[in-house]
Amino acid sequence: MQSSAFLSRKEMIGFALLAALIFIVFPMMLDSFRLNLFGKYLTYAFVAVGLALCWGAGGILSLGQGVFFGLGGYCMAMFLKLEASTPENTSIQSTPGIPDFMDWNQLTELPWWWQPFYSLPLALFAVVAVPVVFAFIIGVAMFTRRVGGVYFAIITQAFAAILTILIIGQQGYTGGVNGITDLRTLLGWDIRTDEAKTTLYFVNGVLLFAVLFAAQYVRKSKLGRLLIAMRDQEDRVRFSGYNVANFKIFIFCLGAAFAGIGGAMFTLQVGFMSPTLVGIVPSIEMVIFCAVGGRLSILGAVYGALLVNWAKTTFSESFPELWLFGLGGLFIAVVMLFPNGLAGVWSEKIEPRLLALLGKAPADKSAPDGAPAE
Amino acid sequence: MSDEISDNKTNGVSRRAVLAGGTALTASLFMPKGLRAADFPTAEVNTTGLAVTDDTVTIGILHSITGTMAISETGSVQAEKLAISQINAQGGILGRKIEYIQEDGASDWPTFAEKARKLLLNDKVASVMGCWTSASRKAVLPVFEQHNGFLYYPTFYEGLEESPNVIYTGQEATQQIIAGLDWVNQSKGAKTFYLLGSDYIWPRTSNKIARKHIENFMDGCKVVGEEYYPLGHTQFNSVINKIRLRKPDVIYAIVVGGSNVAFYKQLKAAGIDMTQEKPLLLTISVTEDEIRGIGGENIDGAYACMKYFQSLENENNLAFVAAFKEMWGDDMVIGDVTQAAYLGPWLWKAAVEKAGSFDVDKVREASPGVELTTAPEGYVKVHENHHLWSKTRVGRAQADGQYEVVFETADLVEPDPFPEGYQ
Repeated sequence: MQSSAFLSRKEMIGFALLAALIFIVFPMMLDSFRLNLFGKYLTYAFVAVGLALCWGAGGILSLGQGVFFGLGGYCMAMFLKLEASTPENTSIQSTPGIPDFMDWNQLTELPWWWQPFYSLPLALFAVVAVPVVFAFIIGVAMFTRRVGGVYFAIITQAFAAILTILIIGQQGYTGGVNGITDLRTLLGWDIRTDEAKTTLYFVNGVLLFAVLFAAQYVRKSKLGRLLIAMRDQEDRVRFSGYNVANFKIFIFCLGAAFAGIGGAMFTLQVGFMSPTLVGIVPSIEMVIFCAVGGRLSILGAVYGALLVNWAKTTFSESFPELWLFGLGGLFIAVVMLFPNGLAGVWSEKIEPRLLALLGKAPADKSAPDGAPAE
Repeated sequence: MSDEISDNKTNGVSRRAVLAGGTALTASLFMPKGLRAADFPTAEVNTTGLAVTDDTVTIGILHSITGTMAISETGSVQAEKLAISQINAQGGILGRKIEYIQEDGASDWPTFAEKARKLLLNDKVASVMGCWTSASRKAVLPVFEQHNGFLYYPTFYEGLEESPNVIYTGQEATQQIIAGLDWVNQSKGAKTFYLLGSDYIWPRTSNKIARKHIENFMDGCKVVGEEYYPLGHTQFNSVINKIRLRKPDVIYAIVVGGSNVAFYKQLKAAGIDMTQEKPLLLTISVTEDEIRGIGGENIDGAYACMKYFQSLENENNLAFVAAFKEMWGDDMVIGDVTQAAYLGPWLWKAAVEKAGSFDVDKVREASPGVELTTAPEGYVKVHENHHLWSKTRVGRAQADGQYEVVFETADLVEPDPFPEGYQ
């Protein structure tokens, strides 16, 4: 029962509500510190939206999205770090003009692969291109060999571990466990001021909507329907003459691109990038955002990222010694009570009542994104 | 809402009575007379909108109490809370009780930055006691510099930093390393060194300084090996074999965290008996806290070089150890960093009283030259470069998990975060 319009009426309302929340309610309700925090939460939403496509629609569970988030973030951080490391700012070093951590590690010149990051267009291109190329290589290696399901999840997790070890081990080139810190300006514009953070929040919001529309476009296209078909009956799709691997590679690369953009926005808003955002734990957290939001819904993914991170901040501020238990309880409650996540709560509980209140006939009962056929 | 706890133990005791008794204990050279809040109107001591009222001042405590670093940072939190309650028992700072807001950095560097921002912008804390790893400090540093906060950082660390917004109460690398190397060379006749460590900035920088010192400043001495292992690494057999092959006089070990347990157990299992001192093991990363995990019998006979050991026998330290155990339990051990964390609130108190103001700029200006005669480690003084002058000591690990102090420098060692000739 796919409607042919790009956005059904219901979806239009959902998008409008989210837009109102991000562009009107949050900026009006929150001071600049909290707004910046919500900006940070929303950068995780990029990853969650990608996961909703890969996992929710395509059935490809990746436990390594932190890799792409991190690669995007590092590309941005490298550009910002080079801009911050002018010879004047770093005159105290034995080799002025290179990033401080390189100097601490006895490097005396900038490695060749850092050179392109002097240019903002190249850096922005790399933010998307590097994660996509990496995802493409993984995708080709895995999907053409028909590696899927749990095996694929484990392999992506291994990639997250490998990249973390690589970054930490090559600290002269990457900043090691400290990450790339003390980022200051973007083309001379100080990104640390409150005004800059507010501006970045809105840029982040606009990019998130661009990503959401792209995701919506994919879902509405023939590709989106094929993805769901592949998730539920991969063999039938293959026997129908489709090259399943190519579709999987494409959607995996798209998720990686989204994650890369999120990572770059994270670096800009938080002011540094570190390997703690690349590894296994953050990658799994990102899956949790998606699961809490409801993996079938791209809007749900955004709400999941917001809710989980907000809960994390609030619990840890109120109960610094117990907050992890609170967070654990939240996950258990969501999974036990609402297996379809926040999106499920909305479409099963809240929306029918709203419609009833408005005096309209209840919508057809099928889940909007096609729940698994089993 | 945050976890705000003020210390109520002294309610009911008149402030003056406590003050009279407390002066002898404090013995800060900058004890202005009076010290009643009324003598320091809030409008004058707080011109920048910090969380200071007529009878309280709020500071932040920012450490990891969850995650992998919690085991290390808990001691620092306890020491800071002890210092705060002692200061409050003496009447507080400028007649104001210290209240604190504790935040959890969760062993996660972005979280540290987030919480630092929250403490400075939302809570307007007058200073922050916090951070442990270099990574967490690097993450919060831009926040403190941008919003003009004031951080007391307790850990011994790699140096190469001198922020106007941080007071470093632990030793920087040259303070900790050079005296120990000279000692092992002069009193033990050591000539050859095998450097090893965990793979991140602190061990690498420390070993770089050690190597430069050994090669350039110690006649006839040389480094016969240098190796690094990832954090959390637990297989040290290959390096132990190399050590047996190259027979260095000294194994210079900067292994941190959980790797320590595996490293010392495997050394012992490989038949390297540290009590024989062939080779001798010198570390700068194992405090009494770590020995609890390693087990005293596994590290018996190793030497550690730092500025504080729990076994120091001076009046300040005896009182400190007793107070710490009374507050937190008899089975507590106190390591170098825990003591350095304890200095934080006291140094801040002394600087605030010297400045007569809580304003960060004035406290910063007053800080160099601030001294503490009551420090458990003995006398310390804040250097122009925001690090502490302190003595360096060598201790020998005992089977009971304590160190026996075998050497201490005659004078205070000058902090030198950007050492010439060691870069």
